[in-house]
Amino acid sequence: MPWFSAAAVVLIGVGLYMSFFVAPTDYKQGEGYRIIFVHVPAAWMSMFIYVVMALWSGIGLVFNTRLSAMMAQALAPTGAMFTFIALWTGAFWGKPMWGAWWVWDARLTSELILLFLYIGFIALQGAIDDNRRADRAGAILALVGVVNIPIIYYSVKWWNTLHQGASVSITKGSSMGEVMLITMLIMTFGFWAYSIAVALARVRSIILERDRESTWVSQLPEMRTR
Amino acid sequence: MKARHKRFGFLLVGLAGLGLAAWLLLNALDSNLSYFFSPTEVAENKAPKDHVYRLGGLVESGSLQRGQELTVRFVVMDNANKVNVEYTGILPDLFKEGQGVIAQGRMGPDGVFVAEEVLAKHDENYMPPEVAAALEKSHREGVTGMQKL
Repeated sequence: MPWFSAAAVVLIGVGLYMSFFVAPTDYKQGEGYRIIFVHVPAAWMSMFIYVVMALWSGIGLVFNTRLSAMMAQALAPTGAMFTFIALWTGAFWGKPMWGAWWVWDARLTSELILLFLYIGFIALQGAIDDNRRADRAGAILALVGVVNIPIIYYSVKWWNTLHQGASVSITKGSSMGEVMLITMLIMTFGFWAYSIAVALARVRSIILERDRESTWVSQLPEMRTR
Repeated sequence: MKARHKRFGFLLVGLAGLGLAAWLLLNALDSNLSYFFSPTEVAENKAPKDHVYRLGGLVESGSLQRGQELTVRFVVMDNANKVNVEYTGILPDLFKEGQGVIAQGRMGPDGVFVAEEVLAKHDENYMPPEVAAALEKSHREGVTGMQKL
């Protein structure tokens, strides 16, 4: 876990430096486009974390494992945060470039629904006192919400939207300058490392909290000294 | 069959059902989810005539005329059809001839689209100005090369 934290600090540090000082200006949008280096990685993470969360929820439902539900619970706040960052930076980008903070096009609306799904998941799981029932209810919500992910991703392809199409795709490569792409990928890996570090730290405290009555927790060195 | 196989089966069937439901729903909504109408759709009378809608396309090169005060007139096209647009107000920075634009407003009786709001739409290409200039240059050379042939 300390490794992931260190990697996150280094990668995001280098990524931010490159975003501001190394990456060239854009031919059309000038300096304003630099917000992309936070916006796109955050948006990717918001979708990716949801898929991982749904995967853990599915595993939890099928195999009745407790840890997988805790992993899903640990990931949700981070995913919600990235969704919020994506929406927020998007608004700041949209105002100067498009001329609007917010529009109700398919991409923006489906990303907003993703934020509500995360919040709904956190609220539902928090509202039920019994852990197992809370996990079950949360898992079902997470799995139902997963239909939204392909909708977000393909929204710019399926419908006319104000939001532009994808700059980077696995099948078509990228339509960005090389240095720009590298900077964006560094930021993405930094966000990955951050998410892993935070999720693991959070799952550790969830385990301790849920097992606080058990003998193994009371025998931890930190507890015995008290 | 073990219990967990059964649960896995339920899960798969549930997800497939959900996916199908979502697909049917989106299909039913179809064009209602689109943010704007293209000039071709307007020409085919697919756009609503009597209320506000958005029109999207490229600003035709050389079509921008500045009138009195802040009134501008330009042509939005999609390489097949064109629509004349009139707008009074401040244009976004990225608004340029040859660039993407989305105008919200209604069609006037004279066939001129009167916009209340104009948004700039940019594409997914990002590159340094030097690269853009080089691309432009090679494109021009390519075009003149073609003309010589």
